Amino acid sequence: MSLIKITNLGYDLGAKKILHDIDLEILEGEIVTIVGPNGSGKSTLLRLIIGAVMPTKGKVEKKLNLRIGYVPQSLHIDPTIPITVRRFLNLPFRVPLDDLIEATEYAGINNLFDEQMIELSGGQFQRVLLARALINKPDILLLDEPTQGLDQAGSANFYQQIELLRKSLNCSVLMVSHELHVVMSASDRVICLNGHICCQGKPEIVISAPEYKEIFGSGTQGALAIYRHEHNHTHGSDNLKETDVG
Amino acid sequence: MLDSFLFRAALAGIGIAIAAGPLGCFIVWRRMAYFGEATAHASVLGIALSLAFSAPIFYGALLVSLVMAIIVSTLSNRGYAMDTLLGVIAHSALAFGLVAVSFLSGVRIDVMAFLFGDILAVNKQDLLLIWGGSLVVMALIFWRWSPLLIATINTDLAHASGVKPKQEQLILTIILALFVAVAIKVIGIILIVAMLVIPAATALKLTNTPEKMAIGAIVVGSVSTLGGLQISYSFDTPTGPTIVCFVAILFIISNIFGLTRRN
Repeated sequence: MSLIKITNLGYDLGAKKILHDIDLEILEGEIVTIVGPNGSGKSTLLRLIIGAVMPTKGKVEKKLNLRIGYVPQSLHIDPTIPITVRRFLNLPFRVPLDDLIEATEYAGINNLFDEQMIELSGGQFQRVLLARALINKPDILLLDEPTQGLDQAGSANFYQQIELLRKSLNCSVLMVSHELHVVMSASDRVICLNGHICCQGKPEIVISAPEYKEIFGSGTQGALAIYRHEHNHTHGSDNLKETDVG
Repeated sequence: MLDSFLFRAALAGIGIAIAAGPLGCFIVWRRMAYFGEATAHASVLGIALSLAFSAPIFYGALLVSLVMAIIVSTLSNRGYAMDTLLGVIAHSALAFGLVAVSFLSGVRIDVMAFLFGDILAVNKQDLLLIWGGSLVVMALIFWRWSPLLIATINTDLAHASGVKPKQEQLILTIILALFVAVAIKVIGIILIVAMLVIPAATALKLTNTPEKMAIGAIVVGSVSTLGGLQISYSFDTPTGPTIVCFVAILFIISNIFGLTRRN
């Protein structure tokens, strides 16, 4: 039984084709991960599913009364809005306290109800967003790079939590991620996206697919290249500072 | 008691402060101060139209503010940034308004009166309009409070909860247009934005939930109205600006208090 069925979907922004020819089905209980370079339309695809943007072409069909829990990409709350975690979780509808407590337990947080949203740490903030997504007992969780801005331990922790609650809530998960290695191990299916679906399948099949290699290079080499680049960059800016001072 | 002009002025000011509190919070959260300013400027065209057809100022101001609010809401993010559109429409409307007034024979518009309003000249009919308008503004904001709040925090989260951010934004701009039309005669174009923004900004430092901030803004606005009236009466200073000075000083105090409390 499919929860979401996407047929021949296309989305243009002005003259630019962001997404085209997308056919995708999400089944009950599946963990599906979308990987792809920046600007490949990953976030747009999720936003099309929740209805935040309308498709230029094709359609998104959802199972009747499908409950979606959505965790957006690095949300920024304006510091001029004083809002506690409790109030945030109660928007736009009041939620019974028991449901609130259950959702926050699943998300792995407690005792945060009276904290201000803008005073939370990155990890706490993401978990509050997760709790918010869990409140209506979703059939499917949509996670848009949920661990962006978390350190390695933090994001590993976050993914463990997702697997745990997938088991206990028995919901599907559709997530977008950059962290290929963590993601691969947890998913039933990986979709490699770059404007269109380049390839998809079991993680081990995708990682050896030529389309995937073309985009990401082979796993280790890609990762190493990124690491080296960042290392050089930091050094460069440090030196610059020193000369400025001197 | 309604026969005392000071009492009527106090009632008018509090009526406006009550509507301005919660509305002003959204203006602060959504960074719409310029929108408020622009709507107020545009309403000068409405005032000119009212004078031309010898209709009450409220109707002309409401019509023009509404039209502007709706045009800007629909056109924004379609090639022009919101503030560019506001700059075009508001100032054109203001200019057309001033030119239109010059054609009206026998009518000399006192620009100062519309810049700063005249709270001391409020009559019983004005009071009825202000309180009626304020209650409608309050009712609308109360009705849309939660959806507006989530749409303000994040539009994607709003969509995911079944709230339509565009629709909420349109409702908010309509409420703002109504507020401007109600308040323009009493507090004038310049003070409208001050009464929207400063009480809300003052309450921000002292509160921890959106609801408390809205109530705080009402209290700050009302206290400033009463305080400003008192000082203006005692020292014979212009009333509207004195009220704004009062609320500005409260703003500074709240910042000092907020600083010491946080550290």
